Amino acid sequence: MTQFALVIDLNVCVGCHACVTNCKQWNTGGEAGPLADLNPYGKDPNGTFFNRILSYEVGTFPNTETWYLPKSCLHCEDPPCVPVCPTGASYKRKSDGIVLVDYDKCIGCKYCSWACPYGVREFDEERKVMTKCTLCVDRLYDTSLPESRRKPACVLACPAGARIFGDIHDPDSEVSRRIREEGGFQLMPELGTRPANHYLPRSKTVLPIDEAQVVRAENPLRHDEAPHATGLQPIEEEMG
Amino acid sequence: MRPAFSVLFLTTLIGAAQGAAIILYALFLAKGSGPDAPLAFYLTTGGVSLLLLAAGLVASFFHLGHPERAWRAVTCWRTSWLSREVIVLPLFGFAELLWLLLLWQGDWRAAAAWGSVMAFLAIALYVCTGMIYAAVKVLREWAHPITVVNYLLMGVASGALLTAGIAEGLAPAVAPMLAKAALWLTLIALVGRGVSLWRNARIPPYSTARAIGVHHQRIRQISQGSMGGNYNMREYFHGQPPEVVRAVLIAALGAGFLAPVVLLLLGVPALLVFLLQYGGLLAERWYFFAEARHPQNLYYQVV
Ligand code: SF4
Ligand code: SF4
Ligand code: SF4
Repeated sequence: MTQFALVIDLNVCVGCHACVTNCKQWNTGGEAGPLADLNPYGKDPNGTFFNRILSYEVGTFPNTETWYLPKSCLHCEDPPCVPVCPTGASYKRKSDGIVLVDYDKCIGCKYCSWACPYGVREFDEERKVMTKCTLCVDRLYDTSLPESRRKPACVLACPAGARIFGDIHDPDSEVSRRIREEGGFQLMPELGTRPANHYLPRSKTVLPIDEAQVVRAENPLRHDEAPHATGLQPIEEEMG
Repeated sequence: MRPAFSVLFLTTLIGAAQGAAIILYALFLAKGSGPDAPLAFYLTTGGVSLLLLAAGLVASFFHLGHPERAWRAVTCWRTSWLSREVIVLPLFGFAELLWLLLLWQGDWRAAAAWGSVMAFLAIALYVCTGMIYAAVKVLREWAHPITVVNYLLMGVASGALLTAGIAEGLAPAVAPMLAKAALWLTLIALVGRGVSLWRNARIPPYSTARAIGVHHQRIRQISQGSMGGNYNMREYFHGQPPEVVRAVLIAALGAGFLAPVVLLLLGVPALLVFLLQYGGLLAERWYFFAEARHPQNLYYQVV
């Protein structure tokens, strides 16, 4: 069974908001109607987004690191938002694991968003329905798009290539391989929601090289000359 | 969580309505073994109960983005307690109406039998309402059977007080008995709420480190990703300083539980005490929302 998901490489994400912008652009132009923009040019702009980049400061100034966390619906394999919905508007597709909201059925009771631990569902103040990331289901199967473009808008937009899309149930897919090999993790896994989206942790690539290694690499015999170099007289065995 | 006023009114109004129905039926069953109440008292109290139920229903519509589609909410009763509540609420209303009609017709035997159905539905409605909250696992302040018990206890206490208040005018013979019942039920409800307050004070907060997957002690959010607030900042933060929250809790415990007990002992008219307690229960419901800390707040600590 397929479970589509996004895998986000936190090593690569620079917090540029390109994915946010393209997500908004694609979805606001979709046939489900525009995503609300309340007071867009005023003092307190406010609107519906399916994807947000949260920024955190880790550590104590000045020894800090900025941590970007792009967050959209995680398309949980055991989504708590689905069973609570009284109308069946929230559902998870069996065929590809995408969690969706049927905007024609939603009564806007907001109960599903209470049940989601991740704060990724946004009630649209203009359409008065619950909205969230669709994993760009309207791109994935659109045969009028060239095959290479049948991917989520955010994935296509990311200039750093931090977002990878694929089937995490296929052990040979790129997403599965990278989750496996690069220590992919989920958000709040202890809540039992089994998020499909994964994150690849930050890791610094450092090669610890001892000076001696470099020196020996150039001249393997040199280490043996060390006693001469430090001005020590060689002992008898060393003299051979 | 930000308290939604429509829901505060819904749960307190229907809670009192169901409680009044249960107490009326209990009184009806006790007929003959004590002082009796006239038919007018049953019909009036039952009518008031139905009005409260209808008012609660109206309040609930204000919570919906698309009230005209509300009928769809009956479809998912297999999984959703909200759906179950939407089904049981009108069923209870019809059951109570029918029961009152049977009483009016003087068909005591049928009223005795049908009343048990009505009482069962009243209790089922408490369970549905309570489970709407208790079933949200991530809100650990709510996710416990005590939540359901408290909805039942507070509702029945409030209904008993309403019944006692009406009895003082229409059925003085049973009024002292009902006031006494209201007093004890209020005390029991206070114990239930006390248990949940005690429990909630001991729930450790969710950890930002787990929420964002960073293994570090010091993590501070600096942005939620856009210039203004959003739905997740509106819906899950009550935005009140701790002093206000504390004051609401004190008002809830005082007006909802302690003052009614004292005033009943002093012989203040029960209808006045009911109104005071109703205000206290509204405060209680406000606090119930405010005390629930949603894990999603870890992602939205600053704009
Ligand atoms: S992240 Fe939230 S909205 Fe998305 S599937 Fe999981 S619980 Fe549902
Ligand atoms: S807001 Fe809409 S999708 Fe969410 S639980 Fe209510 S009806 Fe279902
Ligand atoms: S998959 Fe589509 S809807 Fe979801 S965050 Fe990316 S662009 Fe937005």
